[in-house]
Amino acid sequence: MQRDDTILAPDTRPTTARDDTLPAWLLLAPFLVAFGLFFFLPALETFWLSLTESSLTRTSAFVGLDNYHTLLHDPSFWDSVGNTFYFSLLTVIPLCALGLLMAMLVDRFTGARGWLQGTFFLPFVLPISVMTLIADWMLQPSSGVVNHILGGQRAWLADPYLALPAVAIGTIWWTVGFNMLLFLAGLRNIPAELYEAAALDGARGFTLFRTITWPALRPVVSTAVILQLIASLKVFGQTYILTSGGPFNTTRVALHYMYETAFTQSDAGYAAAVAMAFVAIVILLSLLQAWIVKWLAGRDA
Amino acid sequence: MKASFWTIAGALCAILLAALWAFPLLWALSTSLRPELETVSASFHWLPQHWTLDAYRKTLGAGNVVRWLFNSFVVALLVTVVTMAISLTSAYAFSQLRFRGRGIVFGIAMLGFLLPFEALLVPLFRTMHQLGLVNSYAGIVLPQVVSPVVIYVFKQFFDAIPADFREAAVMDGAGPLRVLWSVYRPISGNIVWAMAIVTFIAAWNNFLWPFIIVTSNDMMTIPLGLTQTYDAFGVRYAQLMAAAVLGALPVALAYVLFQRRVTQGFLAASGLKG
Repeated sequence: MQRDDTILAPDTRPTTARDDTLPAWLLLAPFLVAFGLFFFLPALETFWLSLTESSLTRTSAFVGLDNYHTLLHDPSFWDSVGNTFYFSLLTVIPLCALGLLMAMLVDRFTGARGWLQGTFFLPFVLPISVMTLIADWMLQPSSGVVNHILGGQRAWLADPYLALPAVAIGTIWWTVGFNMLLFLAGLRNIPAELYEAAALDGARGFTLFRTITWPALRPVVSTAVILQLIASLKVFGQTYILTSGGPFNTTRVALHYMYETAFTQSDAGYAAAVAMAFVAIVILLSLLQAWIVKWLAGRDA
Repeated sequence: MKASFWTIAGALCAILLAALWAFPLLWALSTSLRPELETVSASFHWLPQHWTLDAYRKTLGAGNVVRWLFNSFVVALLVTVVTMAISLTSAYAFSQLRFRGRGIVFGIAMLGFLLPFEALLVPLFRTMHQLGLVNSYAGIVLPQVVSPVVIYVFKQFFDAIPADFREAAVMDGAGPLRVLWSVYRPISGNIVWAMAIVTFIAAWNNFLWPFIIVTSNDMMTIPLGLTQTYDAFGVRYAQLMAAAVLGALPVALAYVLFQRRVTQGFLAASGLKG
């Protein structure tokens, strides 16, 4: 083939003035096709769909901002957003704090490092449905081990007040290992001389943490918080599998509402509007978080 | 030497947390080795009173667990190979080749970081429906091979390789694909392996996309299939836990065998150097 000959032919041109246009586009082609078909066009289509009245398989009519207007006055949507925020509240801080604690323990007890790190991280590589199967079994009202230890016969996943916190606890067990890893990498980057110098000055225990560890880890903490916040806002599988959004919709989160609208009610136009609103919320919160971090850093300086 | 308060408190904390974190898996394992009657019996025991592999035998025999494991393996392998191939070639182009529009195309590709995959579910399903790929391996695999994160990590890595390497090979008459394969690939071994293993685990565990695109029991991957076992096994918890253990085993083994590469890969993917 002509084209292959061009690529494989010896490049005798001076390398400083080279132009790689053809080989570059050929190397990029497979990615660009996949990216276009499965990311870029769907992204544009989400926006377009949100302005139409469409079913899952066919587009019917352009309706302008009607879907967004409905969305603003849709209590089911706002409830699902509220549940999503509540879930984030229940998970972000504990996941980051616990991740940091675990990283410090792994870093400190070098003899047991492999075992400790492995134990904390292993759940993170398991499929979500393994976590939910085990959680469901452990939380069974009569034969579950959690009720056996705590006493009583609580129906965790059927109780409107306990269901979302129970899912949050399962999520913390499942994903904290990743945050531990982030903090562990951060801890490794702190020069040992800093601790030695502070120890010479008589600092120890909590003072070392407050004066050296915490300030050095600040950038990692903000990275972890933002990654965790985005991950928590995207919760869907856990609640869907464990509680199907119930009891009384107390665990129906934003993505679950989008899924239901699109795939059980086949209202793709409205679902796309929900998706757009969801993206807007994620981006706004990320920006807000970045702004707060910057403001805190500026205040310290 | 006198152990300080912090050392003792820390050790107790570590033991307590490790026990808490290991317990659910050990409890699932312990349940899966019981006869079904023991799981609902009124008297409670930490360990099985009668050890048995019955639950595993029934799970492997009755359900579609073997089929789901096979599907997961095919899907995760395809996703990994294709993702590595298109990410390496495009990262190489972004990093080492000079062409018009490079900055713009790279910028658009990195938009993938900004937009959550979840927001694309509806149009993605419509696309797949139009292409006739619902309930097919291609339908499950294709949207998962677009990975701006992997491209970014590879590009960063290539950027750090001294240009002399490439110039020398080009002088010897090697074309871009040849340079990528025989110069960049060998020195990139570690990072490619790390990203490949992480991609494999992520594809193996992916729940949301297969959940959308697969409706037939035969095409389900293991994370999706496990959610069906409720219906299939009812309240037979020994069998459910056996299914959970079987679903956990492949990735748990991969993690134990490649612990360093797995953690390195996840760190690189999160934007921090491992």
